[in-house]
Order: sequence, then C-alpha cells, then structure tokens
Amino acid sequence: MSNSISTRALRKEFGEKTAVADLTLEVERGEVFGFLGPNGAGKTTAVKMLLGLIAPTSGGGEVLGAALGDHRSREKVGFLPEHFRFHDWLTAEEFLRLHGNLYHIGSAVLESRIEDLLALVGLNNHADKKLRTFSKGMLQRIGLAQALLNDPDLVFLDEPTSGLDPVGRRLVRDIIRDLKERGTTVFLNSHLLSEVEITCDRVAFIRQGEVLTTNSLQSLVEGELTVEIRAQNITQAVLEGLGRWGENIRADGEHLSLTLSSEADMPAITRFLVEGGVEIYAVKPKQLSLEDLFIQVVGTDGGL
Amino acid sequence: MTVFIIARLTFREAARRKILLAALVLGLLYLLIYGIGFYYVNLDVSRSEFTVGLLELNQIRNFLFMAGMYVVNFLTVAMAVLTSVDTLSGEIASGTIHTLVSKPLRRWEIVVGKWLGFIGMLSLYLLLMAGGTILLVYLISGYTAPNVLRGLGLLWLNAILLLGVSLAGGAVLSTLANGVLVFGMFGIAFVGGWIEQIGSFIQNQTAVNVGIISSLLIPSEALWKRAAFEMQSPLVSALGFSPFTASSMPSLVMVLYGMIYAILALLLAIRLFSRRDL
Repeated sequence: MSNSISTRALRKEFGEKTAVADLTLEVERGEVFGFLGPNGAGKTTAVKMLLGLIAPTSGGGEVLGAALGDHRSREKVGFLPEHFRFHDWLTAEEFLRLHGNLYHIGSAVLESRIEDLLALVGLNNHADKKLRTFSKGMLQRIGLAQALLNDPDLVFLDEPTSGLDPVGRRLVRDIIRDLKERGTTVFLNSHLLSEVEITCDRVAFIRQGEVLTTNSLQSLVEGELTVEIRAQNITQAVLEGLGRWGENIRADGEHLSLTLSSEADMPAITRFLVEGGVEIYAVKPKQLSLEDLFIQVVGTDGGL
Repeated sequence: MTVFIIARLTFREAARRKILLAALVLGLLYLLIYGIGFYYVNLDVSRSEFTVGLLELNQIRNFLFMAGMYVVNFLTVAMAVLTSVDTLSGEIASGTIHTLVSKPLRRWEIVVGKWLGFIGMLSLYLLLMAGGTILLVYLISGYTAPNVLRGLGLLWLNAILLLGVSLAGGAVLSTLANGVLVFGMFGIAFVGGWIEQIGSFIQNQTAVNVGIISSLLIPSEALWKRAAFEMQSPLVSALGFSPFTASSMPSLVMVLYGMIYAILALLLAIRLFSRRDL
C-alpha cells in the first residue's frame, strides 16, 4: 500500500513571495505526523496544497494514492481548518448532516454516525443549537466531529489547539490517540510543541517553506542526554574514569554534569560512581526536549 | 448529487438569514400598493364621463401594467445581485469555504449548486411579483397583456444573466468590489438603453450605436426592452414612445446573445473559482 502522503518538490509562490520552497515529504500510513515550524513558515499553505485548496506552482504528489487536487484524494480525508469558521446559521446536527452528505454517506449510517460523534465531542446536548451560539471551544469540537464523519484514513488538523482551554486540548489529544489506535494517519500542524511531543510519532521541521529535518520522536528519546548528578567525594580519578561514557564533563563542587550518547549507559555509570566511593544524592537525566530541538533546528530568530 | 446539496444549502441559507421573508413581505407590500393604485385609476378611467372606448381603456391599462412590470424587472434584478453578490467572496473571506472545498467534490459543483439554488429562489420571486401583478390587473379590470409568458421568460433570463455576472465577479473580487462592478454594469446598460431609445426617437444614429454597444457589454436593458416590446399593446408600438415601453425593439439575435451571455457568465464563474487559491 502506498504512503498516506507523498510529495515531490512542492513549491508555492504568491507573487514575489515564496510560501513553500521545496516540500518533499513521505508520511506513512498510521503514523501521527507533526508538522512544526515558526509562524509564517508555510505550514498552512502546505496543508492547503495537500487538500487541493491551493494549486502548487510546481511539484506534485499523492494523497492516499490519488494525485494532489483530484477530488478522489479527499474521499477518506478529514480536515479541521485553522479558525473553525463554519456556516453558523446551521444547527450542530444540520452542520454534520450537510458535511456527511458531501461525503456521500448513506442516511442511515450518517444518522448513527452523527449521534456517535456528537457524543464523542460532548455536544449531544447541543445538537439543536445554532453554531452561531457556540463558543470557540464548542466550534472546535463540532469541527473535529466534522473531520471524522467519513471514518477517515487521514486527518489533517491545522493548529487544532491554538487558543483553546486545557479541556479542549485534552480532547484533541484523546481523539488523536484514538485515531492512532484505529490506524488512522494524523497530520498535525502545530507550533505548540508540548502537544506534538505528547502525541506525535514523527516530526518534520519546516522553515521558510523547506523541510529542514525529519525526526522520529523515539530517536529523540533514545538520543543523547545530559545527566546532572549531585554527589560528594568526587575525585579527579573518578572524573577521568567517566570519560569512557560521556563528554562535556563538568564538575562544580557537589554538581557534576555530563552528556551521554545513550541512556543505556546510566546503570554502568552509577555503579562506577558508587564503587569509586562517590556518595550520590541525586541523578537527574535531562532529555533534550522538542523545544530545544526546535530552537536548534529552526534557530532563535524564529525563521524571520 | 453534490450540486443539489449545495443548491439546497444556498436556498436554506437565504431562508435562515430571513432574506426570503424580507423579499416576501416587501413583495406583498408592492402588490398591495400596486393593486390599490391600479384599482382607483382603473375606476376613474372606466367612468362614463371619460367616454373612452375599450381600445383606449386597454391602452391605459397596458401602460399601468407595464409600469408594474418595470418595477418587477428592477426588483428581480436587484434580488439576483444582492443575494448572490457575497455568496462566493463572503465564504472565501470568512473561511467557511475551506470545510466545503476540502470535501471530495469538484469546485464546479459548488458554483453550479449555488447558481441553481439562486435560480430557484429568483424563479419563486419572479412568479410572486409578476404573477401577482398579472393576476391583480386581470381581477380588477379583466385585462390581460399580450405575450406575458414570453415577457416573463425574458425577465427570468435577465435575472439569470446578472446572477452569472455576480457569481463570476464574486469568485475573484471582494464582496464590495463585486457589488460595485455588477451594479455599475447594470447602470451602464440602463443609461445606454435610454440613450438608444431617445436616439431612435429623434433619429440620431450615434446615440443608437452607443446604446447597442452598451447592450453588447451587458444585455440586461436590451432584454427588458424586448420583454416590454412583447407585452405592450400594439397601439403603443405604433405611437412609438412611452417611458416604460420600447420604441426600438432589440432583435431576437440580441435575445440569443443574452442566453449565450448568461451561460458564458456561469462558465467564467466556474473557471475563475476553480483556479482560485483558497
């Protein structure tokens, strides 16, 4: 089976400005893919090209095996747009029915699907209310339900949690986890790193319309880490002995820090310290966070 | 069928936003005022002291009928433009279009769906207004103008033509710019039509040519004049000049041009909307 998303050198220019310079991307089926970058990096433009809302200036690709822009590529796709702007003169139920009809879902299946989805996003008591009366959080919920109507194979979430309260963010996270369990591919467009860190399998960093690097979050966890140790009796011999495992060894009184190439070395290091007569009070591993990585990759100027 | 889902949505939006209600209430108000006015004028001219023959009487009734249809034509055209002027540009500006266009549908289905939805609405409106006028005139005086179906068909085509122009403009322009464009074109056709009418009355060929060119730019006034020509009483045609009727008759070629124009406007709207980055 082909990948969920596969693009080759996608490029989009708006007049003089290049929004997306060279987007080459492979997203496998069933993964939760985080698309990260500073504001204005071209994330939304990229998503819109994948959905056929914007025609690329050059390059091409496939979504779920159909060419970009082909309406068939969207048959099993769900999309939650960035600002949750919907036809607000419809009630929640009418809104879902309209979009279910546009997915050509049979009416019997659709009615039960609407009921399930309203329950899933906690709006079953608001089914008959007009969207005009909804709060931003409720609009996000109904938007999510809309994105799941067709039991999609691929869901695009464009900044799904920006400006939402913790309850709303939690809901998005739970739904993403649910989708992942069912084997749905999720393409998460976000600059809220903590969200991505919790939910994603793999992340791509984009800056000025170019993918800088793609990392699996697992490799991030397994990658190098810095350990801070608070201990007494740290001798020069012990410090030299630590050189076997790590670099950047710094000792300052009771505080000792070193960078390891792998977490797997931790037990051996503690054993070595104890056997060398060091009295250990605390060992604190400091993982490189996604935020650190983001700054490393994108730079502190935020890509401006 | 996606087209019909969108058509229904368009219709329902007009109903929900109370556009249909406003049009209905004002339409009935127009019919009421027109009916009262027609009743008393008809009563006056039918009195024996005027001692006019049936021919002259029907002449006056036809004149009053044409005044009514003139208003109906204007209101239907205004409805066609006002209801559709922001249907694409508004959805693009607000972002509601994103949830629609990301569905497994083709863009032309949205444009054609909206077009059909508005045509449904305009047909009902025209039927209420023109049908009401015809019925009132008949009930009060027993008079029926000639060729009313042909006339109604031309008014209908006129509304569809301006609807297409408004959709095409809305695919690329902001709502305000689109409104200025469509009403501007309508205004040019209107003025051009009058210049042509006066020109033909005083036999000034330059003025007639100005009118013809403006009709080619947008044949909405020409379609009205053809409709008026069809429905006016034969005697007025012979006399030549009246503010609501036509002295120079646009040809059937112009009617055909109007039909092609309406279809091309729709095709242009589809093309522009399909190529638009959303």
